[in-house]
Amino acid sequence: MKNNFSILYTYNKKLYHTVDSTRFSFWLVNSGYKWCIAFLFLTILYPVNAMASNYTYTMAFQAFLKWVPLLVKSGFVLNVIISFFAMMIGTALGVILGLAQVSQYKIVRIFASSVTQLFRNIPWLVLLFIIMLTFPFEIETDDKIYKIPDWTKAVFGFSLPIMANISEIVRGAIKSVPLGQWEAAESLAFSRQKTFWQIILPQCYKRMIPPWMNWYAILSMATPLVSLLGVEEIITLSRQAMEAENNNPELLIPFYSFALLIFFAYCYPIAKFTIALEKRYAVKL
Amino acid sequence: MTGFEQYFIELADTHPKWNFVYFYQEVERSRIITGIYYTIGLSILTVFFSVVVGLVGAWMQGSKSKLARLTVQGFIQFFRNTPPFVQLLFFYFALGQFTPTHSPDGWLEVPIISNFGWAVISLSLFAGSYNVEIFRSGIEAVPVSTREAAESLGYNRFQSFTKIILPLCFRICLPSLNNNLINLVKTTTQAFGIAVPELLYQCISVYNDYSTSMNAVMLLMFIVFFLIVGLIAWSSSALERKLKIPGYGV
Repeated sequence: MKNNFSILYTYNKKLYHTVDSTRFSFWLVNSGYKWCIAFLFLTILYPVNAMASNYTYTMAFQAFLKWVPLLVKSGFVLNVIISFFAMMIGTALGVILGLAQVSQYKIVRIFASSVTQLFRNIPWLVLLFIIMLTFPFEIETDDKIYKIPDWTKAVFGFSLPIMANISEIVRGAIKSVPLGQWEAAESLAFSRQKTFWQIILPQCYKRMIPPWMNWYAILSMATPLVSLLGVEEIITLSRQAMEAENNNPELLIPFYSFALLIFFAYCYPIAKFTIALEKRYAVKL
Repeated sequence: MTGFEQYFIELADTHPKWNFVYFYQEVERSRIITGIYYTIGLSILTVFFSVVVGLVGAWMQGSKSKLARLTVQGFIQFFRNTPPFVQLLFFYFALGQFTPTHSPDGWLEVPIISNFGWAVISLSLFAGSYNVEIFRSGIEAVPVSTREAAESLGYNRFQSFTKIILPLCFRICLPSLNNNLINLVKTTTQAFGIAVPELLYQCISVYNDYSTSMNAVMLLMFIVFFLIVGLIAWSSSALERKLKIPGYGV
């Protein structure tokens, strides 16, 4: 009778072979002295060979080329995603905070400006460490455990300093509108709210866009910091790729130059565009 | 044992999440103190060298040779548009291979430039590239007639730069210079990436030693950095007020 129960198969030495660490030493002891001498010779040869390894820069570069798609697709794209979401959240919160900084009520003003100053004066990395280490990595509810991916925490960590700086931009833009306009609007019987939304704010958008883009460039240049906290972005992946290529020191130049270049290629056009916009929107006196 | 230390030991017993270990343990306390010492040292050195880089760059930018101007422009664009953290890694790991080594005890091979040295170099160049632009804007604000007056009095380019243009330019661009230097002090924390034992590094080491001290360490970091940066911001704005050119600017 034939069936498929594996338990009925006969013992197959190849299938059930286990690695026995003592086997090699047993074999070495039982084998003749010739083998022993041969192995001794090999062990002497190994460091000599390792020292004379000729790992050249061309080989390093070829090894690097193999990793480029991964570095870009799952590394740099994550950097961009982090910077994008952090900018969105930071801008939304920053606009609210910035408007609160020019509020009529003194308590709101003091609160908003102290929050702004607090988050502007803290190094980004310190804030990132605080957020990444003190926030939970999973949330447990009654029936389920929700894992929080570490890059979302990074987004939150970046959005706080961005919030503070956007808030300063909004305040500066509103303050840059001459006071005479407020008075003119008041004399035309505009209420404070109407003056704000219909007269002052429309002038502010143009002034806010160049510094806002500048901060986006600064933010995207700050994203590699999260590699210190283990988020799998371009620098973390570069390190892992170098480890996979046996950590040859020749690999460092291509990998890190690539990281520099890709950020340059991303941020330089933004900087150029910002300068062009600044020129176009400059207030003509 | 003083009452101060006793209080925090008892606090750690009753509230295990608030273990202020650096207040009552010698090793961890010395870690924090070394960290603050290194952060301040790194800040002072990088601020000094970045200003030097900025001055030299601004001087070169006004030179007649096109090559010098192009070099400075390339330097600025490169350092302004790449992440300072990747610059640190690139300098320390990639360029660090090519520096000569010396051996203090006959066995070790220690590179001449340590990780602290590379942090100073790379951060100074990073902030220096911003300073070049800041100084240039200040130099442009000095009226041309002042420069011409200096020339007619027989000053050469170097003399008029150091004795006439710079003192004026420095006072004009002080606000934006201070802004950049404060930013630089905040960027020194990124030297964590190449294991420079500054405050952030030491705080994380304390946290690694005592995982219960997490909240306390994070609180300390937050407060100390806020105080350091706040002190610099306050003193620089005081300096700004003192050096303000009367009737100039807002």
